[in-house]
Amino acid sequence: MKMGEIDLTMVNWARAQFILTVMYHWIFVPITLGLSFLCAFFESMYVRTGDDEWKKLTKFWMTLFGINFAIGVATGIILEFQFGTNWSNYSWMVGDIFGAPLAIEGIFAFFLEATFFAVMFFGWERTSKRFHLFSTWMVAIGSNLSALWILVANGWMQYPVGMAFNPESARFEMQNFWEVLFSPVAIAKFTHTTSSSFVVGSFFVISISSYYLLKGRHVNMAKRSIIVASVFGLISSLFTAFTGDESAFANAHYQPMKLAAYEGLYEGERGADIVALGILNSGKRLGDGQEPFAFEVSIPKGLSIMAKRELNAFVPGIKDLVYGNEAEGIMSVAEKMEKGKAAVADFAAIQEAGKSGDEQAKAAALERFKVNQDYLGFGYLDTPEEIVPPVATVYYSFHIMVYLGSFFILLFMLYLYFSYKDTLEDKIWLLALGFCSFFLALTASELGWVVAEVGRQPWAIQDLMPVKMATTNIGVGHVQTTFFMFFVLFGALLIAEIKIMLKQIKIGPEGV
Amino acid sequence: MLVDYPMRLFKFYRDGFRGMTVGKTLWKIIIIKLIIMFAVLKFFFFPNYLNTNFSTDQQRADHVIEQLTRSTGNNY
Repeated sequence: MKMGEIDLTMVNWARAQFILTVMYHWIFVPITLGLSFLCAFFESMYVRTGDDEWKKLTKFWMTLFGINFAIGVATGIILEFQFGTNWSNYSWMVGDIFGAPLAIEGIFAFFLEATFFAVMFFGWERTSKRFHLFSTWMVAIGSNLSALWILVANGWMQYPVGMAFNPESARFEMQNFWEVLFSPVAIAKFTHTTSSSFVVGSFFVISISSYYLLKGRHVNMAKRSIIVASVFGLISSLFTAFTGDESAFANAHYQPMKLAAYEGLYEGERGADIVALGILNSGKRLGDGQEPFAFEVSIPKGLSIMAKRELNAFVPGIKDLVYGNEAEGIMSVAEKMEKGKAAVADFAAIQEAGKSGDEQAKAAALERFKVNQDYLGFGYLDTPEEIVPPVATVYYSFHIMVYLGSFFILLFMLYLYFSYKDTLEDKIWLLALGFCSFFLALTASELGWVVAEVGRQPWAIQDLMPVKMATTNIGVGHVQTTFFMFFVLFGALLIAEIKIMLKQIKIGPEGV
Repeated sequence: MLVDYPMRLFKFYRDGFRGMTVGKTLWKIIIIKLIIMFAVLKFFFFPNYLNTNFSTDQQRADHVIEQLTRSTGNNY
């Protein structure tokens, strides 16, 4: 496919619009996922102790949960609008795969949320304590199950399994639902995304509670909230580190280019070191022989252990993945492009034979297509280097996310230690840090998305469909117009959320 | 008892909505947001390209296939 036929400006504006929408949507989602469980923990304490302070505290955090939910709800639907308008090729091709998980999300998780949501907010004085608590837990579980189905769909794009491509309808057809659901990439995505969201939710509580302690208001409520959020946050942080390691392991097997990009690994090696701290050489280009780092501190063999669980395992670098490495059995992209172009040609031949009614030619083209269909996406690339994602963006996003994640573990420990010593109120520096922690956690969460999605560029569906082939052939002006419309709408909604949230925080638990 | 149930359910929601404080503002925002999203954005700016321009699945498939195969002859 000649790139002259595809409006790359349109592709990039459609990308920008999608990025804007997802990153905005992702402000609300991790708070919902994390805070829903924290509300359930707070209420469990109330039911267990019968102490009305816990009830007041629960109702306060539930109100903030409701505000966040209300402002965030349906912002994800805009993504579906974009699929139909800007990404129609992609929508058509994946409809069969995404239909099942998204339908399950709608029927199961959404209705679970919707049913128990009303009890959670309206049922305090109208239902029994235990049924109300049950409803709160169901909202938390339902919210997180919603995330499961979305992340299963996303995991499939990163590692397309359990399907077969039908060249006569141009659709990926589901062959094995369980393979899609239990794909190692989907599991790693779900566990890492939800556990990191629990960290964001915990810091949401700690941030506001720290503000109260700094102001000397609602001290008892703030201290109790901090203890529960710190325990939940610490466990979630440790689990996030574990699931992050599992994600890297999955990347090494299924998306090695993404791993090479976020580790800044240009030349593959056995017993590869991992860069713990490093600044990329901004002048570095693929194959120019320059050092990839201007400065680096490495851990010997760390990358081989993380990627392959072996001290001296070979980890391919960007150069190996682009130009191939015969000794390590890695095919070059040029060779994959040849196979891909053959697949595209046979894909066309199937249609031609079908139109002319030549069943024999059609069957032969279909057989040839099957040989190369795993390389279909490579047939649309113009150069082998096109498979390299923006290394600096992915590398720095990944490393800042990891540094923040490590810092969070320390921060939760400090909060727990000083809470245990009952000297938290005196630690102004820690409370100030805790106040900022929510914004840091949200930043880490957004950066995680950047690593996952920018790191897999240029693919919309790994190895099978590049982003540039996923778009609709519409004018760039249309996409630009709607981009700015979203920008204004999202800005207004965000201002509304912040204003309502701040008002409620100012009022405190007495106002709920 | 069973006959009472729908009425109790109705009252549960009615009283819940009536008793809302900050919730009233939130519902206003949700409704305005949904109107903007579905009645304006979806209707005027985000038509489903394939559903709008083609009437059958076969036509949609043909269009996508044409997009995916159109210039293979030039390159391969």
